Amino acid sequence: MTTLTPVQTPPDTLAAVPARRSARGFLGWIMAPERRGPLLVVPAIATLVVVNLFPLLWSYGLSFFNYNAKRLAVPPRWVGLDNYVDVFTDPEVWGRFQNTAIIVIGSVTIQLIVGFLLALLFSREFPLRRYLLMLVLAPMMLSLSAVGVFFKLFYEPTFGFIPRIVQTFTGEPFIILDTPVKATIAIVCADAWMWSPFVMLLVLAGLVSVPKYLYEAAEIDRAGAWRRFRTITFPYIRSLLLLALLFRTIETFKIFDVPYVLTEGGPGTATETVSVYLFRVAFNYFQTGRASALGYVVLFGVIVLTSLYLYAIQSRRSEPAQ
Amino acid sequence: MSKREVRSIGQAGWGRTLGAAAISIVYFFPVLFIILTAFKTRQDALAWPMKFIFTPTFTNFVSVFFRTTVEGGAAESTGFGLYFFNSLFIGGSSVLLALLIGTSAAYAFSRFPLRGNDTYLFMILTTRMMPPIIAIIPIFVLFRIFGLSGTYVGIIALYTAFNLPFSIWMVKSFFDDLDRDIEDAARMDGSSEWRVFRNICLPQVYAGLAATFVFAIILTWNEFVFALLLTGTQTRTVPVQIVRTIGGSMGVDWGLLSALETLFIIPVVLVTFALQNQLLRGVTFGTIRR
Repeated sequence: MTTLTPVQTPPDTLAAVPARRSARGFLGWIMAPERRGPLLVVPAIATLVVVNLFPLLWSYGLSFFNYNAKRLAVPPRWVGLDNYVDVFTDPEVWGRFQNTAIIVIGSVTIQLIVGFLLALLFSREFPLRRYLLMLVLAPMMLSLSAVGVFFKLFYEPTFGFIPRIVQTFTGEPFIILDTPVKATIAIVCADAWMWSPFVMLLVLAGLVSVPKYLYEAAEIDRAGAWRRFRTITFPYIRSLLLLALLFRTIETFKIFDVPYVLTEGGPGTATETVSVYLFRVAFNYFQTGRASALGYVVLFGVIVLTSLYLYAIQSRRSEPAQ
Repeated sequence: MSKREVRSIGQAGWGRTLGAAAISIVYFFPVLFIILTAFKTRQDALAWPMKFIFTPTFTNFVSVFFRTTVEGGAAESTGFGLYFFNSLFIGGSSVLLALLIGTSAAYAFSRFPLRGNDTYLFMILTTRMMPPIIAIIPIFVLFRIFGLSGTYVGIIALYTAFNLPFSIWMVKSFFDDLDRDIEDAARMDGSSEWRVFRNICLPQVYAGLAATFVFAIILTWNEFVFALLLTGTQTRTVPVQIVRTIGGSMGVDWGLLSALETLFIIPVVLVTFALQNQLLRGVTFGTIRR
């Protein structure tokens, strides 16, 4: 980034400025050009510190206490690292991480495949493209909770259209959310349906940025379709695929609304993801201290993934091809 | 602009349109299904095979807002009018606030980098990327202590902070795209920094600000977790009430639920259409521009 020297004051005002500023005292000091950046940033940082950072630090503190957010009068009891030890050794917690991992792997894989295929479909200009693209992109902008409600209706055993379609083939009632495997697949499908357009959007950006002359040159060289894809197209979408993978992994890792609305974590705890579990511990059992400790473990994971994402963004910017 | 010409994408004919139309409609079918069901009577909604041609009815939409009692008394309000108002009011005010604070910060991050500029930006993005449930545990406690849960002030403050990272990153990406030679020329001609910002930079990003505004409104309109835990009966937003409606013991009223969902998602679908060119930037918080 090129650093811009803030002001090139015209020569006639140059002499007048220092005198006026010293006369203004504090106001002059605070309005000085070198404080312009910090001054503009302060409201934003202050808001984030008050509404985000301060609560986060507080919950860091709480993670060392035994505390119940519902009983404000009962003072927190110091337990040291017990909450963390508990989180790391509790098989329940690892079970939730496994549930989440299965959903993340399944959903992100489908998203990448479906998104990529959709992008190929839309990588040419054709009549009505803009409108059809809109239909495919719409799911991504919907509310997560609305998608949960949608699929709850579709999976509904007697009147939902998916069980009904299956029933016309098998002749038996088809209940989707009754076994762990089917419930997990149901959530993966809902999530993948919603977010494949996201991957499509990213891959499409890569596909349309390929310079045309490369394909023309390939035609002259009589390169086959696969070779054209591997040597020309793929390098242009590689970085975007990686970004899509990272972004979707971060977001799917946090998945809450869809399982909360669709299965409420059931059957049993088969689809209870880390976020749903965290919600339970914090707001059903009100083990505020323990939830805070678990929250910090999750936060650490998200920070690592976010830095990877930003690193990938940086290296994409410095790529000569772009 | 020469880049654009070189990178023009290939052409395809109506054949591709046909194939794409089939796939798009299948992909859009879940949404279509809900919208169609919203206009159906109870019998039509549950009929199998599914009816695509039927006489549309608006009773479901009426019953979203008014419920009639069995005895035939006066229609009673269901409260959804209030919930839609809440969603709009809370969304609108928090996004305006976030945009105001965010634009000034974004301009500073773009034009007057601080020491550790990237660190600040990283931390700001992290607050947006982290699972909302982590932040909400202490916020829930704080709201209870200060008596903020169930108030407009509390939820608007929270959503302002929720929208701020997004606004900063989005608006910064628009400022970063501008051609700085124009600004430098203005500075050479003696424009004050304020004039450079107000008369040169800002007019060039109006479209970007509008896109950011709409995106943030959609994000807030869709938000569920914060609203679930921190709104009361008077400040409840639409998604929370929808989920509460299916949780009811009366069983699923398909027409009513679909009408609700339709009212809830139609604005989003329409607005998305208008935003098509900014969609990539919007869904990646301004980190990917093309």
